[in-house]
Amino acid sequence: MDDEVRVPINGDEDLVKARAEARAMAARLGFPRPAPTLIATAISEIARNIVVHVGCGELVLAPLREDDRCGLVVTARDRGPGIRDLDAALRDEYSGRSGLGLGLPGARRLMDEFDVESDADNGTTVTMKKWRSLDELERRRELRRRSDG
Amino acid sequence: MDQKANRTAVEDGTEQRTKERSDRTDRLLHELVAYLRDNRTDLRQEWAGRISEAELLGVMSDEEIFSEATAVYDNYVDALETGDIETLRSYAQELSERIIPRGVETHEVLGIVLLLRDVLARSLFAKYQDDLDLLNRILDEYEPAANRIAVTVGVSFVEERERVISEQQEAMRELSTPVLQLRERLLILPIIGVLDSDRARQLTEQLLGSIQENRARVVVIDITGVATVDETVANHLVQTVEASRLMGASTILTGLSSEIAQTLVDLGVDLSMMQTVGDLQGGLEEAERLAGYRGADSGAPGDDVTE
Amino acid sequence: MSVAILRQGDYLIASIQSDLSDTEVLSFRQELTDLVGRHRARGIVIDVTALDVIDSFVARALRSIVLAAKLRGAETVIVGIQPDVAIAMVHFRLNLQSLRVALDLDEARALLDSSTRRDAGDGR
Repeated sequence: MDDEVRVPINGDEDLVKARAEARAMAARLGFPRPAPTLIATAISEIARNIVVHVGCGELVLAPLREDDRCGLVVTARDRGPGIRDLDAALRDEYSGRSGLGLGLPGARRLMDEFDVESDADNGTTVTMKKWRSLDELERRRELRRRSDG
Repeated sequence: MDQKANRTAVEDGTEQRTKERSDRTDRLLHELVAYLRDNRTDLRQEWAGRISEAELLGVMSDEEIFSEATAVYDNYVDALETGDIETLRSYAQELSERIIPRGVETHEVLGIVLLLRDVLARSLFAKYQDDLDLLNRILDEYEPAANRIAVTVGVSFVEERERVISEQQEAMRELSTPVLQLRERLLILPIIGVLDSDRARQLTEQLLGSIQENRARVVVIDITGVATVDETVANHLVQTVEASRLMGASTILTGLSSEIAQTLVDLGVDLSMMQTVGDLQGGLEEAERLAGYRGADSGAPGDDVTE
Repeated sequence: MSVAILRQGDYLIASIQSDLSDTEVLSFRQELTDLVGRHRARGIVIDVTALDVIDSFVARALRSIVLAAKLRGAETVIVGIQPDVAIAMVHFRLNLQSLRVALDLDEARALLDSSTRRDAGDGR
């Protein structure tokens, strides 16, 4: 359960796998509905950008653990030419319209934290996080786990 | 073999002394365990007495306490002897499963285990009081083992308790659905009290699930009982209405006070996108009409509710 | 078989059975619009119950199916959007105004019946 999951993104069949892995990990981490679907949807958008604009890249899903919350972090990486106009891509009016946008604002709305680094030398890395709070029992268990370990 | 030949005399000596000490330890442990078994009846009696004195396990009868005490005592001594707490742990878990529904609480379980530890320690003092050196060595064996046992039993109990509470919480969550089916295809969700993000999310899930289950065509969300609405909650409401539409149900919002209506307008919520009716009664009538229950221009049941 | 398309009278019932890759979505769109033309269907019902995710690509494809069908004289109704998917679509702010939606197949058929009846009726 503590392992990260890597999904290579090389073609559109990989999007199907990415969506499935995202839902599965979110469910394993105990995210309440509708979070698994929100996460899978955000991942679908971001991973598709890799397929459409670069051709190959990678998705890494990993769990996050803190005192009173836990979460999931998604890192989508490619070594493509970078997003030319990042500001425009992140601006809201491009979301939802047919074919104009990269779906970044939409994905950002679905997640709690969202970060994009993009340039011509290093390609693009999108980091997204979603959190959920631990309930009373889980918090106590986590504290115990830490003091035992 | 080769390694042995390379050892110095000092190391040989240390190894020898370690072996001696471990032999002595084993003997002490055996002596301790034998003593506890031989005096089982008396010690168990004393322990049961201390339990009553401390007014623990009030929910259990004397016979029950006696029989559980016997089992705990035997498991305790076995664990001391073998150092293996697995058997003890599974006994403790099983015991917890039995006594938790009876209402036994954590402090009681910890209490009785510590009392047993004390009773046995005291009797060791009494037995070995003439040989303080031996007493110390016996206690060196006894104390860490006894403490580990106390922790094991306590933790097992607490974990079982937490598991039960978690199950109960889940069951309560599933039972308490505030979405009511007024008539076929018509649901009402009365919202009362403070609406925060978490609660709004839960209500939305429940509403959409109910729409699916009941094949609802119309939903009435009544917020008469909600005092104020902030931006987050207003957004939630709007999203809920839109999501309901995507599931084929149209929504009527009722019970908006003029303050809340103003808040929504100020927040830029497009009220023309939502159907709102001031009072619940009016809203219900409109809902029935939409759902095809009232005459006049009900139109075909499949009235295009999306436009 | 990831998509099944049946004909029921004047209507085509298309049911998506599992998560589709983008390529599969496009060929589904192609196949469906071809069939509408070939059979002169008056209505299409697209059942997306099996879709756990509807993202912007799928939403766009659905919109273009609706448009293409309309050009060929058919109305389209989407059914089976799951609760979590509905929430995700709304959060995402996908533009869905043009989509007609119903809860399930029966509702969809009723919807299509009334709109085709309206169209066929007194030439309103």
